[in-house]
Amino acid sequence: MAKFDLNDSGVVVIVGSGAGGGTLGNELAQKGVKVVILEAGPRIENQDFVNDEWDSFAQLAWSDARTTSGTWRVARDFPNLPAWIVKAVGGSTVHWAGASLRFDEHEFKVKSTYGNIPGANLLDWPVTLAEMEPWYAKAENKMGVTRTNGIPGLPGNNNFKVLEAGAKKLGYKTVHTGNMAINSQPRDGRGSCQQIGFCFQGCKSGAKWSTLYTEIPKGEATGNLEVRPNSMVIKIEHDASGKVTGVVYADESGATQRQKARIVAVAGNSIESPRLLLNSASTMFPDGLANSSGQVSRNYMRHMTGSVYAVFEKSVHMYRGTTMAGIIRDEAANNPKRGFVGGYEMETLSIGLPFMAAFLNPGAWGRPFTSALDGYPRMAGMWLVGEDMPQETNRITLDPTVKDKFGLPVASVHFDDHPNDVAMRAHAYKQGAAVYDAVGATVTYPTPPYPSTHNLGTNRMSEKPRDGVVNKFGQTHDIKNLFVSDGSQFTSGAACNPTLTIVALAIRQADYIAGAMQKKEI
Amino acid sequence: MREVDRRSKHSRRVFLKGAATAVPVVAAATSVGVSIESAWADDASALSPATMKTLLKVARDIYPHDALGDSYYITAIKPWDGKAAKDPAIKALISDGIARLDQNARDRHKAPYAEVPWEADRVVLLKEIEQSDFFQKVRGDLVVSLYNQKEVWPRFGYEGSSAEHGGYINRGFADIDWLPKA
Repeated sequence: MAKFDLNDSGVVVIVGSGAGGGTLGNELAQKGVKVVILEAGPRIENQDFVNDEWDSFAQLAWSDARTTSGTWRVARDFPNLPAWIVKAVGGSTVHWAGASLRFDEHEFKVKSTYGNIPGANLLDWPVTLAEMEPWYAKAENKMGVTRTNGIPGLPGNNNFKVLEAGAKKLGYKTVHTGNMAINSQPRDGRGSCQQIGFCFQGCKSGAKWSTLYTEIPKGEATGNLEVRPNSMVIKIEHDASGKVTGVVYADESGATQRQKARIVAVAGNSIESPRLLLNSASTMFPDGLANSSGQVSRNYMRHMTGSVYAVFEKSVHMYRGTTMAGIIRDEAANNPKRGFVGGYEMETLSIGLPFMAAFLNPGAWGRPFTSALDGYPRMAGMWLVGEDMPQETNRITLDPTVKDKFGLPVASVHFDDHPNDVAMRAHAYKQGAAVYDAVGATVTYPTPPYPSTHNLGTNRMSEKPRDGVVNKFGQTHDIKNLFVSDGSQFTSGAACNPTLTIVALAIRQADYIAGAMQKKEI
Repeated sequence: MREVDRRSKHSRRVFLKGAATAVPVVAAATSVGVSIESAWADDASALSPATMKTLLKVARDIYPHDALGDSYYITAIKPWDGKAAKDPAIKALISDGIARLDQNARDRHKAPYAEVPWEADRVVLLKEIEQSDFFQKVRGDLVVSLYNQKEVWPRFGYEGSSAEHGGYINRGFADIDWLPKA
């Protein structure tokens, strides 16, 4: 396995090892580029994952201090946990559900399609679906997405069967077990899904794609990739010309190290990535790196989310099998007649009893609450995920008082729902309940958004430097050897789960970086 | 469909003073006329047995599940005694919180909280202190310490860890049999 010198200024340093960073690292390594991935969390292999929600949370979740503000309920119920993401090698691909959907054409052109929405900072992406299609195809093939590349769909579990029956009664047409990066048959050296459940706790069988046991070992096998776990990057440095020269990070022992670099790519998820750019402010860049537009950290999106759980007369045992076991796509289109722009997906979701108690209605107690939990074995559930409006005021700031153990300000996450998000959620709750009512639900529970899993948009792509942080390849407008490689590049959020698009963008970005390096442009 | 056996596999004995000495405790308790059910509270060192017993009542009233015996709630609240022993602030939080509840109960019902006979009346007393630090901490702890007990899970038809059993691929992941034909 490769081991690069701290003074090797020829390496590409990638901050983060998730869908963006892990994929970019492997893709570059395959092309012969030397890469050092600095991952803040430990390396935990899949045999060490635990089928226990709270134990797994303690093992994997990013629990470093963060603060919150805004009218979103998460700020009240979980003031120090704005996001539920992973701090470990593999990043949030360790705990993601596996849903791998392409954006719709209009979702790259939201400003042109939706027009002027008051309060929304809409912008068209500098790329189109047509331009992204070949990269989506590569991502689907890499990840082994079901219903692509001749890979059959997964079998539906009990939770899906309830959703499917209700959807059909209601007249929904596009209902299936999803496009999932979970093996329905052995592929790429990994076995097929054993219907363990606990997808959110790390897939012990490895059937679900995660950079932890796909991209990263493949990259390491080339001899061009070194992954350093427990390495928290605290600052990106630059020279007098404004080019970045490397990063300062705290290693496993807490000691400060400086890794030189030819290129730095930031992929620390949409809260840490802008925090790092802001914390890297210098005399030359007093507002943080790559922030001439003032858009770094703004337009934070987290998807319109919510869940509907329904209780039936007879057992469902929704927790058996894949967590996200199927989808209804009929509401994903843009149909402003519903009273909002954009669309949403309806995807099955199950959580175990411990998390159901914590998230069904945080803070609730007494008989209405315990009556709902008594229905647990007879419960079916779905997650509602839709496009939320980017707003300049939804943003990550550096907390004025709370500091991390390295003395740096922690991220403070401010979020208010846009009226469009509120209207969409109300519609989604109603339709979600209707699906279950159609097959005899005795009661349905609208469940508020969980701490954010889809964190997007805080270093957005734009054609013009004044509108955003990075260009169509994730290269910052201001600093040509500084890139952003995670979901913070997203100009808008689309209705669907973001991982496939993050991976497709990373594959494309690797192509661009390797080409630019060859041409000595960077 | 494969149903989950929801019968309690809990032995009440483990909640008496020290499981290993269960029999002598039963004998001693019987001989001095102390009820077996309250022996667990005498284990408390930092908090008084009366406080622990009231805390048990509070826990039941916060998350009432009629199919669960006291043993699960006792397991959930017992750690407060250890935390109180280590931290005077926690000791004060719990002792003062219970004292205030008892005072409110006496004012209203001429009886301490645990002896107010009806759940509906006790819930009103809890509602009054819902925003207090005491209530918030007790509830916030209980939502994990009660529902995260592996012994509780089968009572709610939840089976817990499945990987070591080969997942559910051959154990009923798709065995639902009552849905209307699509």
